Amino acid sequence: MSVLVYVEIAKGKVKKASLEAVNYATQIATQLGTSATAIAFNADVAQTEEIGKAGAKKVLLVKGDQYKTNDAVYISAAVEQAAKAEGAKVIITSFDVTGKSLAPRLSAKLKAGLVAGAVDYPVVNGNALEVKKNVFSGKATAIYSINSDVKIISLLPNSFPVKLTDNKAEVADFAVDLNGITSKVIIKETKSTDTAGMIPLPEAELVVSAGRGLKGPENWGIVEDLAKAIGATTACSRPVADMHWRPHHEHVGQTGIAIRPNLYIAIGISGAIQHLAGVNGSKTIVVINTDKEAPFFKSADYGIIGDAFEVVPKLTAAIKKLRANN
Amino acid sequence: MKILVAISNVPDTTTKITFSDGDTKFNTAGVQFIINPYDEWYALVRALELKEASKATSVTLFHVGLVDSDATIRKGLALGADDAVRVNAESPDSFFVAEQIAKYAKEKAYDLILVGKETINYNGSSVGGMIGGLLDYSFISLATKLELNGNTATVEHDIDGGIQIVECATPLVISCSKGMAEQRIPNMRGIMAARTKPITVVEATTDAPLTSIKSFALSAGRTTCKYVDANNVEELVSLLHNEAKVI
Repeated sequence: MSVLVYVEIAKGKVKKASLEAVNYATQIATQLGTSATAIAFNADVAQTEEIGKAGAKKVLLVKGDQYKTNDAVYISAAVEQAAKAEGAKVIITSFDVTGKSLAPRLSAKLKAGLVAGAVDYPVVNGNALEVKKNVFSGKATAIYSINSDVKIISLLPNSFPVKLTDNKAEVADFAVDLNGITSKVIIKETKSTDTAGMIPLPEAELVVSAGRGLKGPENWGIVEDLAKAIGATTACSRPVADMHWRPHHEHVGQTGIAIRPNLYIAIGISGAIQHLAGVNGSKTIVVINTDKEAPFFKSADYGIIGDAFEVVPKLTAAIKKLRANN
Repeated sequence: MKILVAISNVPDTTTKITFSDGDTKFNTAGVQFIINPYDEWYALVRALELKEASKATSVTLFHVGLVDSDATIRKGLALGADDAVRVNAESPDSFFVAEQIAKYAKEKAYDLILVGKETINYNGSSVGGMIGGLLDYSFISLATKLELNGNTATVEHDIDGGIQIVECATPLVISCSKGMAEQRIPNMRGIMAARTKPITVVEATTDAPLTSIKSFALSAGRTTCKYVDANNVEELVSLLHNEAKVI
């Protein structure tokens, strides 16, 4: 009865969110006196080795073209069968795009209680697992008790550190019976919104974000320069995306993407509650705004009251200097 | 083409959250409740647009909650939904809600089930995927555009690092995100009409819930912001490097 963890491979690499999940599964397995088994799809040797380094004792390797689009119909069938074969009572996924489809589907198939978006390790209480997650868009947390026999936990990305060791996993092919399982979803077109050299927003540890205070899309150069100097991903507030100054996929906040990077620098963003709901999980928040009454300062760790057009280029230069000296 | 739109009754975004009964219950006293924004602005309004364009025949609201949710349901009816179903129970978790929706949608042969991408109270993003699993329907998440052509839905949705356009035959479950439709405000005619539209009340299936909430705690907010002089950005860089250790 191992702990089973779903691993996703994207752009030739094990996703960071999946490594977090393998670490987490390994930690729970230790608590429960068992080991972590990962299930991965079409993984190569380097990828299964990395899953091992993240702590999995065994990797179930599933092969097949059906899994290449991360369609939850196929992935959940495979994970369900693996859970049964392994006798797994705990299943871990990330609370990322695939995890948000996979974990609920599995929950329905296995009648397994799901905590979606866990932010802490579980506590064992008799036959139940107690897990903390954010509720009310980050204004509060709740401890959920999972009471069912099989339990599923999905992890909020960027909430757990990734530790790699020299652990080696045993790799075993796992055959899935897809008889009678067909997805009706036909993919017509896939467009990438990734910017070359930039980490996608949900995975980014450093984010530089700007709002209406920048006055127009032509002024984004200073934001991009700062982002480049620290290796950050750029983001924006809702009005900026709505006015098409910046692409929709850069919009962070309640209606956009919720992020929790290590550092969030907000330039010319007032900090409406809807914006805060998407960024208040950030570990460190820096606010740069001309308006000393901007509500965002109340939710910031560091603040500069000043004109972005003067402050940001100076900040970029100071960071470059720091980088050059280190 | 019959559309079922699942709506949740949630505290308004600006609500100050408090808890009662030894931090085991959300304190509803004095709280303004609204339709979960993703359920309303995107799922419901898009369903109404599709009906207006004669791509759908009916739009039914589905809600799990006690009688005090009726005001929220009436707002959905005022926006233009044809009728509503309320399962008379306090929902203990996402799975319970998904089970009620799945059971009703199957019995009444709904073709399309729309949900918001998440609720702003419990932020689980789970109900849509669970309905898909319970009914063996496909589930398309984070949809930003939805068109119907006969029994085929064409959906644009967000994926990791991109956008994907997919086609899928109904029956189908879709979670709706920003971009699908613009917010509407009910007009007087809609509000009057909503008074006489039917809300069918049904009883819940009563399996023991799979999860339960043991306790709540308010998130520790940031207490003090350290201000740095605009002419001394080096100090900020030093704080980020040495104190916060993030760069």
